[in-house]
Amino acid sequence: MKQSLIKLCLVFAAVMLLAVPQVSQANELKGDLEIFSWWAGDEGPALQALIGLYKGQHPNVNVIDATVSGGSGVNAKAVLKTRMLGGEPPDSFQVHAGQELIGTWVKSDRMEDLTFLFKEEGWMDAFPKGLVKLIGTDKGIWSVPVNIHRSNVMWYIPANLKKWGVEAPKNWNDFLKIAPKLQKEGITPLAMGANWTATHLWESVVIASIGAEKWNDLWSGKMKFDNPEMIKAWELFGKILPYTNTDAASLSWQQATDMVIDGRAAFNIMGDWAAGYMETTKKMVPGKDFAWLASPETEGVFIFLADSFGLPKGAPNRDNAIAWLKLLGSKKGSDTFNPLKGSISARTDTDLSKYNIYLQSAAKDFAKDAVAASLIHGAAANETFMGGFAQVMEMFLKTKNAKATAMASQQLANKAQIGK
Amino acid sequence: MREASRDRLKAFLTLLPSIILIAVFVYGFIGNTIWISMTDWGGSGALAFDPQKNFIGLDNYVDLFNGFLSAGFRQDLVNAVYYSLMLLAGAIGLGMFIAILLDQKPKGEDVLRTIFLYPMSLSFIVSGTIWRWLLAPQGGVNVLPTYFGFDALDFQWTSSTKAILEFNWQNILQILIYIAAFILILVGLFLLKGDPQKAVKRWLGPGVVVGAFAWLGGSLLPQALFMEEMHGFNLATLGIIIATVWQYAGYTMALYLAGFNGISQDLRDAAMLDGASSTNYYRYVAIPMLKPITISAVIILSHISLKMFDIIFAMTGPDNAQTGHPALNMYMTTFRANDFARGAAIAIVLFLVAGTFIVPYVISQYKQRRKG
Repeated sequence: MKQSLIKLCLVFAAVMLLAVPQVSQANELKGDLEIFSWWAGDEGPALQALIGLYKGQHPNVNVIDATVSGGSGVNAKAVLKTRMLGGEPPDSFQVHAGQELIGTWVKSDRMEDLTFLFKEEGWMDAFPKGLVKLIGTDKGIWSVPVNIHRSNVMWYIPANLKKWGVEAPKNWNDFLKIAPKLQKEGITPLAMGANWTATHLWESVVIASIGAEKWNDLWSGKMKFDNPEMIKAWELFGKILPYTNTDAASLSWQQATDMVIDGRAAFNIMGDWAAGYMETTKKMVPGKDFAWLASPETEGVFIFLADSFGLPKGAPNRDNAIAWLKLLGSKKGSDTFNPLKGSISARTDTDLSKYNIYLQSAAKDFAKDAVAASLIHGAAANETFMGGFAQVMEMFLKTKNAKATAMASQQLANKAQIGK
Repeated sequence: MREASRDRLKAFLTLLPSIILIAVFVYGFIGNTIWISMTDWGGSGALAFDPQKNFIGLDNYVDLFNGFLSAGFRQDLVNAVYYSLMLLAGAIGLGMFIAILLDQKPKGEDVLRTIFLYPMSLSFIVSGTIWRWLLAPQGGVNVLPTYFGFDALDFQWTSSTKAILEFNWQNILQILIYIAAFILILVGLFLLKGDPQKAVKRWLGPGVVVGAFAWLGGSLLPQALFMEEMHGFNLATLGIIIATVWQYAGYTMALYLAGFNGISQDLRDAAMLDGASSTNYYRYVAIPMLKPITISAVIILSHISLKMFDIIFAMTGPDNAQTGHPALNMYMTTFRANDFARGAAIAIVLFLVAGTFIVPYVISQYKQRRKG
């Protein structure tokens, strides 16, 4: 009995020895690299370009592109969770930079500290200080940001506006004046999609109502969600909602943008991936076929979100993943990816000539505007708050009760320990 | 004797692996879910290698039915009740109707049967996507009338925000007692012809008393919430109900058709000879004979309606109070908000609701077997 046990152990050890990959040289990476993301649709080409670049550098690595579709990563995050909990992490995964990563995976001690990579590659100076602070805690830096997106942009088609005889509104009062007129002509004043795009619109409206500074106070716990100013913001949001399309719940964000392109709707507030969609997929010329403004009353505020990639503990192909992260943070990688994705580079030394007019204007704004973190895109709050807020939003869409909703959001903030 | 006991041992050994597997993977996991639902596993750090879990008793359940933030769950629960009732009525009614028509042996019966059964072979996610397009407010069904020269409809099949039959969740106890009284009185009236004394004593009397208590003493009942909270039958669920009925009517049709074919021709001829019309034959002979089929259809459909997930996800997305369902809510709570304990509590609530459908069936089966 004992002998057979020893034999078994020996066989096991031999198998283990064979299974452990040979220590690979820096230039000769082998094996697999599994990249987990939700860039499946119109954002796919940008990811493919990056993968192409990676394959050029490391031809022997087999890149597995594990994308799970769904706006804002709604499905991908669930799949990722089951994989991480099941002890089967991908080599590197996409995550929204900020609290979504820190509140979920870093708090759970499942990420590797990437400070060494930032020092090695000189990224400490390449990325803006504020951004590095946002993706790190006092214990380390947790992800490599690939892009910067702006969430508070209002898109429209200048030719259509001229036809209808309206001008793009600078504030919500103007909007509320022209909206009934548009609606009378059978045009939806503001196109909206499924629930998360309602929250997307909401953050622009709230910042228009209370300002960027107080918005940031909300997340640091200095301002309560149920104070009178927030109730007023919810009321403003409630005034805008009747001018959105009634079938919003069954549309994706692309379909909502399509409404503007087709002339069924006048405006759409969506992140600047909409520019990528209109330019890359719909072959429209920015500044001519479509135009943009900061969403009403948020001029001078840059509501930002960033996609980033991290390195989970226990990644099966750690070396390959590190090579991938190096590529993502490099100037070349960043400038290959972002023009296609329709976002600006997170680096300060970016080559602006590669970007289109919209992105150049966004980069300029990012350099000078007040920066506010996006809620719906994971920069402002942890997943407990975000998950609950979807229900709070539903409650408001149904009841339009500003006070009760504001109270509910404060209860949720307590539960999610916002500002603690 | 010895031979027999050896056989018994063999049978036991053969069954042992599946007994162990079921004990672990079904009952063990149910037990584990119950345990998790009584902890506070959630929030930040919930996904750690060794997460913190503290026992908090029934707090999660109390919060689901009483908490300020759980209005979404309660709406979903109300939705689930309507989904179940409508799916049962729709699929069984339509299935039975088609089966009766096919039982008349029309020409091309085989082809028709295949056509009606076909939706079953689609997955919910596929039929959900198709129906989402068909029921889009500016397309599909709504533009159908324009082909015949009429105006297009503007019904918001899956995105309407209107609700009918609204009630205040605060009064849920009173409403449940009213419903119980109503059922008691209904059964009593139904039995009045056969055995008046028993009907009055057992059904009508208690029904009236309970109803009167709910009416007069309703204010004595504890209030569920400190504020009003209206829930009702959301019109947006109609689109999803149509799609589910479409998918499952063929299935109940197949069940009933098999049953009708199993009734011997002699019986039918005898009924006809006695002067029964076609309607009377089905009403008094065929359908009562198929009671076991009706019961199994009810049980299968009711647990399907409690598990509805993918069709709602495909048609209206995950966050949609109008068409929400506890199963979806459970998934989002667990895997998006990382609130594992609450997710487990929702799962157990669903499990108990499913139990109320299945336990009576199991008991009646057991009784029948003992009699037989």
